[in-house]
Amino acid sequence: MSTGASTSDFFRSERMRRRRATNLLVELLAVAAALLAVAVLVIVVASVAKRGAGAINIDFFTKTPTLLTFGNPPPSGIANAIIGTAIIVGIAVLMALPIGILAAIYLNEFAPKRLANVLTLALDVLNGVPAIVIGIFVFVFLVVGHGQTAIKGGFALAILMLPLVARSTQEVLALVPDSLREASLALGAAKWRTTLSVVLPQTIGGIVTGATLATARIAGETAPLLFTTSLVGNDISTDPSKPLASLPLFIFNSAEQADPKLHEQAWGAALVLIAFVLVVSLLARVFALRSRRRLAGER
Amino acid sequence: MATATPSAGPAALQRRGRFRPGDAILYVVTLVAALSGVVLLGLIAREVLADAWPAMHKFGFHFLTTTAWDQNKKLFGAESFIFGTAVTSFGALLLATPISIAIALFLSELAPRGIRAVVTPLVEMLAAVPSVVLGLWGILVLGPFIVNTLAPALHGTLGFLPIFSTKPSVGSNVFAAILVLTIMIVPIISSICRELFLGVPTELKDGALALGATRWEMIRGVVFPYARAGIAAALILGLGRAVGEAIAVTQVIGNNVAIHWSLFESGDTLASRIASQYQGADTALQVHSLVYLAVILLVFSLVANVLAQIIVRRVAGRHSVR
Repeated sequence: MSTGASTSDFFRSERMRRRRATNLLVELLAVAAALLAVAVLVIVVASVAKRGAGAINIDFFTKTPTLLTFGNPPPSGIANAIIGTAIIVGIAVLMALPIGILAAIYLNEFAPKRLANVLTLALDVLNGVPAIVIGIFVFVFLVVGHGQTAIKGGFALAILMLPLVARSTQEVLALVPDSLREASLALGAAKWRTTLSVVLPQTIGGIVTGATLATARIAGETAPLLFTTSLVGNDISTDPSKPLASLPLFIFNSAEQADPKLHEQAWGAALVLIAFVLVVSLLARVFALRSRRRLAGER
Repeated sequence: MATATPSAGPAALQRRGRFRPGDAILYVVTLVAALSGVVLLGLIAREVLADAWPAMHKFGFHFLTTTAWDQNKKLFGAESFIFGTAVTSFGALLLATPISIAIALFLSELAPRGIRAVVTPLVEMLAAVPSVVLGLWGILVLGPFIVNTLAPALHGTLGFLPIFSTKPSVGSNVFAAILVLTIMIVPIISSICRELFLGVPTELKDGALALGATRWEMIRGVVFPYARAGIAAALILGLGRAVGEAIAVTQVIGNNVAIHWSLFESGDTLASRIASQYQGADTALQVHSLVYLAVILLVFSLVANVLAQIIVRRVAGRHSVR
């Protein structure tokens, strides 16, 4: 291809046309796949919003579910499920957050490399254990013979949350420059003081982001609650030593019924749940971008 | 994962001359927390195995090849659920693999910056949709759509294939489960693949393009071979997720103990069977059998995840950017 003529021949050749056509086809398919994913998200969210909007009013947030009645049923709501979910998720956060952060501190600041690798692998594998197996585990470990409680449901969710919190905290701890640690140690500060008052404050933003994403993720989990806090009444209760109602289980149970009235309630609850999860994870992502930029800028 | 000082552990601290109780306390407290992952894994394995033991003892490995799930005959087996799990997860993986890889290519190689910044979080949002909501949508929206539109079309044109050989009577069927699982695992696989593709060295990509390769040829010749192991790990993780999903599947699959080749029949999976029986099993043996199903799931998820994580770590070690 030393002359201009042969080069242009080459680009006009049948073979080149076929190569370009293949390339174009693949690029179009990739665009189509991305569009498909976004379209599915839009379709799911839109159908939940459309069907759920009808159920949403003040009573929906302040009343409890009414039993099947013929004629004109009194206003029905999901107040007990919202309160129950808040308590169960709160318990999970209280258990998983401190342990997750402390575990990440050990793995990043203290552990020998080999041990850190093994323990991190264990967290990743724990993260891969199906939620329903975690539910069964808590069932045979704590519930059989002792009964369901909201605390046990929270414990099951905490097992799901622990690896998420620990891994995300590890990631931000790794971003803290070693020069900060060395400066603090050189000034004579003890290791624990360096870790808690120099390293950790740098990572607060990242930890909050990770914890928020993890909370949003477990708030929608149903499987761990099935065997641990599912046998509930319709009254508002705040006693975590009893099983409490939850949004995911309310949706799950209502969807199984044939009554279209209950389906509308399920859609309403799904709208509340999906709005909470999506808004919270969106906020966390925006926040993450900002705090990450700040941390990277300081380097 | 760089440690600030090479000296770690109380022994090392003491050697340096000054023993600081604060250091020892923090060390011990964090160590205990860090061990929680291993301890929980061990505890889960032990408790689940112990509770499944009566059923494991009674049925042995025949459990895996018994189709019945019958309280009256006191006969329980997992074969139809293993079949259902295999069909739904591999079906979902088959659909999700090309879609996820295409999305990852779009987000890493093709899309301009602005579009990338919008579409990437949108795809990840799809993973944030709670499974119970996806299941609700699956049974009340997707199910009727399959019965009225999708299934007649597929049965009409491809009805000679065994998988489309019957017409669905209700919206709860294996096909709906495959679609719902596909929606769940696409964002997982595509976000791992996207990171893999972004990690391919620019020199290699530019080199291929400079030699006159089209973008697709560059992807096929450089990106795919470079990311091959990582893609495999991503697919295993996606498969693991599909196998373990209980709620969305139990909502749409119909909970039927049967082995059908047609995807438009109802069926059941291991995880879905456990979830569907939460409101009470009649006999102790049935509970033990349910936990036996959990043992199968646990073993599979442990093997799949350890395998995938080892691959991920090997890949990450090869080009440790951080």
